[in-house]
Amino acid sequence: MRTYILTRLMIAILTLLGMSLVIFVLMRIAPGDVVDMIFASAGYVDPAAKAEITKELGLDQPIAVQYIRWLGEVLRGDLGKSYRYDIPAWQIVRPRIPVTVELAILAMLVASLIGVPAGVISAVRQDRWLDYVMRVLSLAGLSMPSFWLGMVIILLLVGSLGWIPALTYVSPFQDLKAHVLQFLFPALAVGYRSSALIMRITRSSLLDVMREDYIRTAYAKGQRERVVIWRHALKNAFLPVITVLGIEFAFLVGGLVVTETVFNMPGVARFLVEAILWRDYPVVQNLVMFIAVVVILANFAVDILYGWLDPRVRYG
Amino acid sequence: MVEAPQTGVVLEAGTVKAGPRAQPARRGHTLWRFARRKPLGAAGAVLVLAMTVMAVFADVLATQDPVRTDAARTLSPPSSLHWLGTDYLGRDIYSRIVHGARVSLIVGVASTLLGAVVGGVAGLLSGYVGGLTDLVTQRIMDIMQGLPLLVLALVMSAVLGPSLGNVIIAISVPVIPRAARVIRSSVLAIRETPYVEAARALGVSHLRVAFRHILPNTFGPFMILTTAQLGSAILVEAALSFLGLGVPEPYPSWGRMLSVSAAEYAQKAPWLVLFPGAAISLAVFGTNLLGDALRDVLDPRLRQV
Repeated sequence: MRTYILTRLMIAILTLLGMSLVIFVLMRIAPGDVVDMIFASAGYVDPAAKAEITKELGLDQPIAVQYIRWLGEVLRGDLGKSYRYDIPAWQIVRPRIPVTVELAILAMLVASLIGVPAGVISAVRQDRWLDYVMRVLSLAGLSMPSFWLGMVIILLLVGSLGWIPALTYVSPFQDLKAHVLQFLFPALAVGYRSSALIMRITRSSLLDVMREDYIRTAYAKGQRERVVIWRHALKNAFLPVITVLGIEFAFLVGGLVVTETVFNMPGVARFLVEAILWRDYPVVQNLVMFIAVVVILANFAVDILYGWLDPRVRYG
Repeated sequence: MVEAPQTGVVLEAGTVKAGPRAQPARRGHTLWRFARRKPLGAAGAVLVLAMTVMAVFADVLATQDPVRTDAARTLSPPSSLHWLGTDYLGRDIYSRIVHGARVSLIVGVASTLLGAVVGGVAGLLSGYVGGLTDLVTQRIMDIMQGLPLLVLALVMSAVLGPSLGNVIIAISVPVIPRAARVIRSSVLAIRETPYVEAARALGVSHLRVAFRHILPNTFGPFMILTTAQLGSAILVEAALSFLGLGVPEPYPSWGRMLSVSAAEYAQKAPWLVLFPGAAISLAVFGTNLLGDALRDVLDPRLRQV
């Protein structure tokens, strides 16, 4: 177990290093830098002033030098300064993390509450009309852009209730009801899509398990269908579902970009787009690395959960 | 890509001259059986076909010039003149949706194919050569897959700058590792089959074995992958265009029709939001239905189920 975790950790660190290098280089070969962006609205600019700022930010150095300098700063715990706001990047990113994480958790909750029961019903009624309805509904969920669903939800809410989404973030300590309302609808819009994935994996995994001998035995000894399915079958069918939950959670953190824009949420994902457009390298670098760490942690958590849920899984 | 097997069959049935005469008929029969056994898949095929027709004959089907603005008729509701209404610049929504099918289909198909081919070749070499090549390729794929699809596409499109070609490349990049994984795993299985050993024993070169003997047998997984990715490529294009990082003006794109500036008028003119989104959803729905049915038919492990 310990060697397993250590190996995984080594691979994770190597992956992160590789990713940081790729993002670092990509952002710097992109046309235009933050200096161009700052001066874009200023009209004529003295080239000397431009060169001075470029030098101050260290952007005149070769990329390799810039990268090594960045890496050294990160190892010392310094995540750099935002070019655009001139304050430490971490200060801008940190308050945004809870917003995105809360949204992602709520969306996963919605997704599991809809997806798992729907998948079970669909599997139990395989190839009957209820199964077909569920499958079409879930595919429809996968086909709709969640940001469009969000727009339609807002349209309906404004049309029928006159409710307008809050323009600024409402803290739960300040006004719990407004906070819940603010998060509920984006969570529903995103959760519907994820529930479709979870429904499909629950269905196919349960169908696999239902063909096993021990399920036939359980039926043969006269146990009721409900007990067989929810107590015996679902336990084993749950492993692939956990995997999908983990992957979805990790990917939601990045995938929320558009939803956060539609619902005006000050989250990490939406800020990434802004930072990319502004060529605010330290912020982009931090946000992308943050997302990468979340993805790696989620995968890791899934693997550990596997061993805990299923004693047959051994770590080599 | 998706409708390739169908058009292929149709063409063959019409143009085949030599060869066994029974074949076209049998293929047609297979197609019919597919429609009977997989009604949902057939419905998906119809949707994809409809989208293709819309994209190809956009100039004929559109009632107005999709880029012409009309200051006198901004935000007008659906009418006999503007079937689906007009946007905030007075452009005809119906005609823009018809032309948008072209952009969505071109970006979707081109990026999926590009990503699948590059990833497929990487997967083929990585699986066939093995050893250090495999290890290095797999680690590179790990890095590429460590980021959510949309984030990678976002970074890529920002790096490349907005143009139709660049958006295609940006969306194809996240497809590469997925394709490489799928092709590699099926290559690993095929590599151990006796016929590959026989080909090698006959003195066939490695390159020929890999591309002539192994590659054609990965067609099933390749088809499943491309149809599955096509839907998500269309969705990513919509998201990128929505954020202003996608296909630039003057191409009408479904995603940009929904973009922030249009959302401002959503209350006054809900058709601005409803119709382009419905177009995206139907197109992706069609590819998903077709992809599901194709997977059931082409994946031998699921065939007995």
